[in-house]
Amino acid sequence: MTRAQVLGAGVAGLCVATELVARGCEVTVHDPAPRPGPHGCSWWAGGMLAPLCEGETAEEPVVRLGREAADWWERQGVRVDRRGTLVVALGRDRSELDRFARRVPEHERLDPGGLATLEPDLAGRFDRALHVPGEAHLDPRAALICLRDRLDRSGVTFATEPGGSADFTFDCRGLSARDVLTNLRGVKGEMAVLRSTDIHLSRPVRLLHPRVPLYVVPRPDGLFMLGATQIESDDRRRSVRSVLELLSAAYALHPVFGEAELVEIGVDARPAFPDNLPRILRRGHTIHVNGLFRHGFLLAPALARMAAEAALEDTQPELMHEDHG
Amino acid sequence: MRLYGTDIASRLMLGTAQYPSPAVLAEAFRRSGAGIATVSVRREAGGERAGAAFWDLVRGLGVRVLPNTAGCHSVREAVTTAQMARELFDTPWIKLEVIGHADTLQPDPFGLVETARILADDGFQVFPYTTEDVVLAGRLLDAGCEVLMPWGAPIGTGLGLTNLYGLRTLRAQFPGVPMVVDAGLGLPSQAAMAMELGYDAVLLNTAVAKAGDPAAMAEGFARAVEAGRLAFAADPMEPRDMAAPSTPVLGQAFLE
Repeated sequence: MTRAQVLGAGVAGLCVATELVARGCEVTVHDPAPRPGPHGCSWWAGGMLAPLCEGETAEEPVVRLGREAADWWERQGVRVDRRGTLVVALGRDRSELDRFARRVPEHERLDPGGLATLEPDLAGRFDRALHVPGEAHLDPRAALICLRDRLDRSGVTFATEPGGSADFTFDCRGLSARDVLTNLRGVKGEMAVLRSTDIHLSRPVRLLHPRVPLYVVPRPDGLFMLGATQIESDDRRRSVRSVLELLSAAYALHPVFGEAELVEIGVDARPAFPDNLPRILRRGHTIHVNGLFRHGFLLAPALARMAAEAALEDTQPELMHEDHG
Repeated sequence: MRLYGTDIASRLMLGTAQYPSPAVLAEAFRRSGAGIATVSVRREAGGERAGAAFWDLVRGLGVRVLPNTAGCHSVREAVTTAQMARELFDTPWIKLEVIGHADTLQPDPFGLVETARILADDGFQVFPYTTEDVVLAGRLLDAGCEVLMPWGAPIGTGLGLTNLYGLRTLRAQFPGVPMVVDAGLGLPSQAAMAMELGYDAVLLNTAVAKAGDPAAMAEGFARAVEAGRLAFAADPMEPRDMAAPSTPVLGQAFLE
């Protein structure tokens, strides 16, 4: 039996471990933290599985590989809501909606009636909108816990200390792997969680804005995740300016958010390579899976599959970089 | 083009914000041949070396870095940011932005002059982001600025040269001062027009970074800047109302 160790129990590490177990490996996961939690970048994710919308700025592999994500998460027993994405813009930023529509061809245009049908609580707030069907969202924290528990039940060992030997090591440590991956950088993201029982949304809503783009992802129990800034820094301070911007944008989306409870303000730095695309990097018997940037839950399933195949079947998947450094 | 005693080959300057990725940013610089990169110090700051990875990427472009004080709304903020930029990038150059109006991001002319004087006295070489106002331009020069950066239109609007008369007047008033049209450009034709007016260079960011293919757009701007500069230097013809045939008309007895 092939023995594999996975370093890092964030979304990348847990997905890789899942794919390895599925291929019959004996897996140990090493992470200083025993359970998924606020120490990891994945904890702060939005959980949008929106490959088409991401294609507005992201490169083609993100759109294509991201399409695997919703099915994969559902197969692991994670609740996935497939209700598409709603895209809106405020009055004077309507041209942003046209630009977005050009870049994301798989959309439907909504008139006020269409919007009211799709999201009744936003009726009358926007005179037009885009609906991108075929996209999904999940609760990232629930998803991490679900994967972790499944791996526990499959007999995977979780260790808080490094050590032991294995045939393959999968380094999924995110930004902590900068000690060996020198071109990895941090891109700071700040988010907020609100609670409101006065508004109901069925799907993620993106508010396009030239300065402060916002997305709102509904979660169970009246929670709404607001995200996310994208700042070239690995600083982890939650700045007043960023939080003001996020909250103002939410208020602009619907004034009812002004009365919401501010539950949480989070921040972390996403690991990214210079092209903002993820990489599978092979150095001997160590395989790095890193640089998932803002696409952790979207791309980790595909990357995990490809990394497992690369190691066990000696394939040469895309996004794989041979490296002898 | 000579800016504060430094010769710069390219008359195109690009900002470094809002690109899909640093790799795309680098490709845009490569294809445009831009000679100067502006970088915002304020937003990425926070923590001693927090933005270091991105700044290293900017330094790695191999072009001259012009740090800016984007997002500063007061004299004090701008001075502090400039001092931080000088340490981080080891350069006396600073593109000075003091914003006076939140919606249009219009420069605050009073704060701008005051900050320019403080920085120039402190040894900075100041590139003030200003309007096309001639009086303000004179005050900035008095304050110690040797380069001016008038806007074409408000930042990020892509409206082009909204006050052609003002820009023409400004250019004519200070013929020897290097001037860069900064902000508001959306299309290469607008950059060409600025160069045809006799401006020494253009600086833009959003038009390239937010294009569907930033590198191609950057190259488009580079060619337009070159075309506009060539046209300016070639002493263009004056427009006139009466048509004049460009081929000689033979066998015609009288001139009308």
